[in-house]
Amino acid sequence: MQPIIRVEELGKSYRIGERQGPPRSLRELFSERVSFRSRSERRARAAQAASSTELWALRDINFDVQAGDVVGIVGRNGSGKSTLLKILSRISEPTCGRFQLRGRIASLLEVGTGFHPELTGRENIYLNGAILGMRREEIARDFDEIVSFAEVERFVDTPVKHYSSGMYMRLAFSVASQLESEILFVDEVLAVGDAAFQKKCMARMRAAAHAGRTVLFVSHNMAAVTALCDKAIALQQGALIYSGDVDGAVGLYDVPAGPDMVEWNGSAGDEDVQVVRTWARSLAADGTMHTAAAIEIGVELDVLQPIEQFILSFWLLSSYDYELAYCRYDDNDNSKPPLIPPGRMVKRWIIPADTLGAGTYTVRWALGLHMIKHIINGPEGSLTFTLQNTQGVGRRFVSPQGRGFVSLLRPNWEVR
Amino acid sequence: MSASAAARLIDAQLDGPVLTVDATVSRPLFGVTELWTYHELLYFLTVRDLKVRYKQTALGVIWIVMQPLLFTLVFTIFLGHVARVDSGGIPYPVFAYAALLPWSFFSSAVANGAGSLVGSAHLITKVYFPRLVIPTAAVAARLVDVAISLALLGVMMVWYRIAPTRNLFMIPPLLAVTGLLALALGTWLSAVNVRYRDVGVMVPVMLQVWMFVSPVVYSSRSVPAKWHALYILNPLVGLIENFRTAVFGGAFDWPAFTVSVVCAVALLLEAARMFRATERGFADVI
Repeated sequence: MQPIIRVEELGKSYRIGERQGPPRSLRELFSERVSFRSRSERRARAAQAASSTELWALRDINFDVQAGDVVGIVGRNGSGKSTLLKILSRISEPTCGRFQLRGRIASLLEVGTGFHPELTGRENIYLNGAILGMRREEIARDFDEIVSFAEVERFVDTPVKHYSSGMYMRLAFSVASQLESEILFVDEVLAVGDAAFQKKCMARMRAAAHAGRTVLFVSHNMAAVTALCDKAIALQQGALIYSGDVDGAVGLYDVPAGPDMVEWNGSAGDEDVQVVRTWARSLAADGTMHTAAAIEIGVELDVLQPIEQFILSFWLLSSYDYELAYCRYDDNDNSKPPLIPPGRMVKRWIIPADTLGAGTYTVRWALGLHMIKHIINGPEGSLTFTLQNTQGVGRRFVSPQGRGFVSLLRPNWEVR
Repeated sequence: MSASAAARLIDAQLDGPVLTVDATVSRPLFGVTELWTYHELLYFLTVRDLKVRYKQTALGVIWIVMQPLLFTLVFTIFLGHVARVDSGGIPYPVFAYAALLPWSFFSSAVANGAGSLVGSAHLITKVYFPRLVIPTAAVAARLVDVAISLALLGVMMVWYRIAPTRNLFMIPPLLAVTGLLALALGTWLSAVNVRYRDVGVMVPVMLQVWMFVSPVVYSSRSVPAKWHALYILNPLVGLIENFRTAVFGGAFDWPAFTVSVVCAVALLLEAARMFRATERGFADVI
């Protein structure tokens, strides 16, 4: 059977670094033209610059997609997933190679593209629909459904700048989801928003898949890909490393359980406090990191001056930088924090077993003197660790990588 | 959807239009068929431009006529009365307004077009459509201003008792060529603007200078005859002066008009070529 999408030898290169292609302003252009360098010297420099700063975001990509397939495109940040989707959507041009698409294409890289805050809901529905490639009679036909799905009936003639962000997102998604096409490209940015909105997005995409449409779905949420797709292609540093059924890609893409201890050594801080070491490690008997192990977060620091009002804390972030928890070491009473004399200080926090779900987490430190200054308020000393759900609770219905990035409710509740 | 319906949809997919993109194959110069597929987008973008421009303004569409009217007033006081520019016996206000009409159309269309791509960066990086739609919509939005300005011109002609002649028939072709010239220039500048933001700074300056080398506040008859051949190389001379002739009667300057038409067509071809050549990189550079 003839594939609905065929991609052959597709490549995309960007020039990066100090010299970005031709000069960016006219003055630069003129000053370059009149510089006193011999032509051969200039050409040599240009060639050198071109070779050293060319970055291949995609290289030699070949794959076919059959009609009706729902394909996940997976890979880490910077692996070229979004670039591939942009090229197939014709937003960006390939540097080499070719591709062929059979049928009408809808591409949702973002909801609400082209929404104008000054225009009313009604005007934006027509404008946004036209931008997405819908015909006016199609929009008119589906207008009532769009409005009722978005639940904005009363505000349809109000400028969208007065909408709540929830209404705005619902309306934008509602327009996009009416798009009738044979091929659908979706970027995971769609799945940003509150939980209810994400659920709506996923339900619409599942419906599209069941209706026989061909879907390409970019994501690094493996749970979503597993739930939605039957095939997958995996990218790594711009190269296609896997094409086949979705389970194979999940195994490839997902990192094996992280090292058993993550450690940072260095020096960060200021003239009052210097952090010299931070770590995260498993407290399980076998020492491996997984969701059923208690995790210790630790910090070692030197106090150089006597300090008061010391705040020593960290944020626990999910891989999307959601703040999951904020922990301080002496938050328990209201008495005035003691004066801390110079010397070495070591603090440890224990995250109990079966508290965090599978996923990648980051510990980001926040040190300072209350109401006086920050000592560390950024990436210095931060730690990233990955947990898989290979032991303990939460494994009955999902894969070890599934149910990502959330805390499990403690399972020791009595159930009657 | 049932399994057989899904199967039918899959069959339909394979019969549908086939799109092939090949990095080594260049695109047609205008891509008229593709532009036509997107004519509704052109319409909606034009309407958006019009609606948004005067949203939350107290005077609304009155601004469309306010600008040329204020200029007319200032020019009448300082050039008509103080400097006593020769208007060939025509009352100075209507003399100036008849030139300001095509000039305002041209200059606002060029300025609007030149900034259009950069102003639509959020669209260009997120969704595909022929990029030519954007500067075209920006220029087209100014056509509505022209309609309103023409109505006001009619009022002034009645007020100043200027009898219409059959010269009026030239108004549509003159405005059409003005529009094409503005489209060509706006499109060309918008593409350059994507890479060189100097354009945004340069356009207002260029337009200011251009206004004074065009017969807007004075008549082209004030230019010495020996310079006439050089003077009409400015394509706006043939459009603005002939617009006056269309309103007030007299003999058209056909050589100057020919220069304008040739310029418009040549610039349009060059703009399309240039736009096509750089279009591929817009999403990466903008």
